[in-house]
Amino acid sequence: MADTETENGTSAVAADLADERLIKTEGLSGYFRLFVNRLKSGELGSLPVVIGLIFISIAFYSAEPRFLSSRSIVSITQFAAPIGIIALGIVLVLLLGEIDLSVGSVSGFTAAVMAVLLVNEGQSMFVAILAAVLVGVAIGAFYALLYTRLGVPSFVFSLAGLLGFQGALLYVLGTQGTINLPSDSFLVQFTRFEFLAPAVSYVLVVAIALAYVGSQMWTIRQRSAADLSTPWLPLVLIKGAAMLVGLGFLTYYVNIDRGWSYLWLFFVLMVVLMDFALRRTRWGRHVFAVGGNEEAARRSGIKVNRVYFSVFALCSTLAAVGGLLAAGLQTSVSQASGTTDTNLTAIAAAVIGGTSLFGGRGSAYSAMLGIIVLQAIQTGLNLVGVDSSVRFMVTGAVLLLAVAIDSVSRRARTSSGRG
Amino acid sequence: MSTTATHRAPAGEVVLSLAGVTKRFGAVQALSDVHMDVRAGEVVALVGDNGAGKSTLVKVIAGVYTPDDGNITFDGKSVRASGPAEAQALGIATVFQDLALCDNLDVVANLFLGQEKIAGPFIDEVTMEKEAWRLLRTLSAKIPSVRIPIASLSGGQRQTVAIARSLVGSPKVVMLDEPTAALGVAQTAEVLNLIERLRETGLGVILISHNMADVQAVADRIVVLRLGKNAAEFNVEEATTAELVAAITGASDNVVAARASRGEAAPTQGDQDG
Repeated sequence: MADTETENGTSAVAADLADERLIKTEGLSGYFRLFVNRLKSGELGSLPVVIGLIFISIAFYSAEPRFLSSRSIVSITQFAAPIGIIALGIVLVLLLGEIDLSVGSVSGFTAAVMAVLLVNEGQSMFVAILAAVLVGVAIGAFYALLYTRLGVPSFVFSLAGLLGFQGALLYVLGTQGTINLPSDSFLVQFTRFEFLAPAVSYVLVVAIALAYVGSQMWTIRQRSAADLSTPWLPLVLIKGAAMLVGLGFLTYYVNIDRGWSYLWLFFVLMVVLMDFALRRTRWGRHVFAVGGNEEAARRSGIKVNRVYFSVFALCSTLAAVGGLLAAGLQTSVSQASGTTDTNLTAIAAAVIGGTSLFGGRGSAYSAMLGIIVLQAIQTGLNLVGVDSSVRFMVTGAVLLLAVAIDSVSRRARTSSGRG
Repeated sequence: MSTTATHRAPAGEVVLSLAGVTKRFGAVQALSDVHMDVRAGEVVALVGDNGAGKSTLVKVIAGVYTPDDGNITFDGKSVRASGPAEAQALGIATVFQDLALCDNLDVVANLFLGQEKIAGPFIDEVTMEKEAWRLLRTLSAKIPSVRIPIASLSGGQRQTVAIARSLVGSPKVVMLDEPTAALGVAQTAEVLNLIERLRETGLGVILISHNMADVQAVADRIVVLRLGKNAAEFNVEEATTAELVAAITGASDNVVAARASRGEAAPTQGDQDG
């Protein structure tokens, strides 16, 4: 490889940058131009959400300065987490170009299973949580069978599930209507009262920044050993420093109040793990492949049905986990658990975060960004003191905007050849 | 058996041999008693009119269909692949007409789809990217970057990626179904160059095409199918276009053979609806 390049007198060119048609990316201005070009061709990534979030923050802050207080930020993150976890499952299903409309009902039903076992049957917390999660797995497995064996469209069976599991929730709760969780139980403690100690949180921030820079350095070493182009080291260091400063400031700010809640950290951990699984493992690659072109995936030997199975099962399982955490946060399970707007908030969060409804495009982080946007809107409107009717309308408008952006950027991608 | 690995003469050892292959769909005899040999380092063109049984034969070789009768010998052993993955594992790679690429994934991901290289639990992107460049270089392929999504590639470049992908498992036979069907003049020439390069690396190539010019440009031998039967076989330098067309349509002396095999039933119309 190297000797062909020395003939041209450009010995330093990496194997993947040898083509003369490639636009060279050098220095900060080069990366900036790359970024602009990517936007123009419809590869928006998470930019619309970030801009939206900034816009929302400014708007609510000017109406009610308490919106950006550390107290409100702590509670936004804390209350965003349960539905965020449900949205994470929705991201997976959307990546396959499918939908699960029943996540809300499933979350309510599994929470009720947990509450009944814990409070009425006197089982231990561990058994109750395990049973609820297993119910989630079983529901997802059942969906997957309906989809792969009978060919029932996901829209239909999840719509059936939406009704069915809402009924199951009412049935399990029986005449009680509401089951209160003991306030000393693990779930309530974990979701409501556990916060990261300030010292630990700063150590964590430094560790995250170091891990980022370290992993990038490792990539650089690996790629240069393989004679391939490498990430530009100064940019990596700038990003690492920005991470350190940004996260450090946020941590300082939330530490003024109670700090990072365990619940939020648990959600972030799930997102990071899911992102890793999607981008770095075979399974994740196959999820994207099936979402992009199912026939191509099948022909290249991917066990398509297994991918569907894993995704539907994971989605319902995450819905169950989200339902449990929501129950802990509310300290009770009622007939309204997971019903009203849980479904649509979770789906809207995934789409607003930038996961395409058309399949094959999205990331785990979209669940996090999307749910922060929605939770921020909800908190902001509550602080300003508007009626929940307005909240629904605003959330609907934001969802519409997000889908419109998705559709427009999709068209831009098609016309600029980015699929 | 073992001669030189690369640059072998067109008549290397036989890698794939079909004998008496028969396939029925209900009352339709799609293939009857078809035979074909593919040698290492040779391009065999498979031609025939619509409905001649080309696609069926391709699918039989690719393992999509199991033949009702007949024998497929690959690399000296009698084989019966039940599924494309198995045929691929044996060493028979197929590039289908509709390429089957994932538009949302980049070139590297498409090349190794379903057979990703892994390091521990994770995908080994560096090894895959390196290997991708090696593969594309052996084909002298003109792909500017392997980190761009397939959607941004031209038709010829996609064909290149599809062909390169078929080489990932180091097959012995590569089957190309209408590789030039939707391509422009320059892109067609590029793909034909690619086919010649496959032959140079010692692979047996089966080329299915409707385009006589393409076939005559790169093939060593031409197998003509008509009405599910072997109609003729030419060495490319012996065959004129007129002869080929005659064999494909059955407009010359083959009518006689067809009449003989079908007895006294409707002579001329029967030839047209092949």
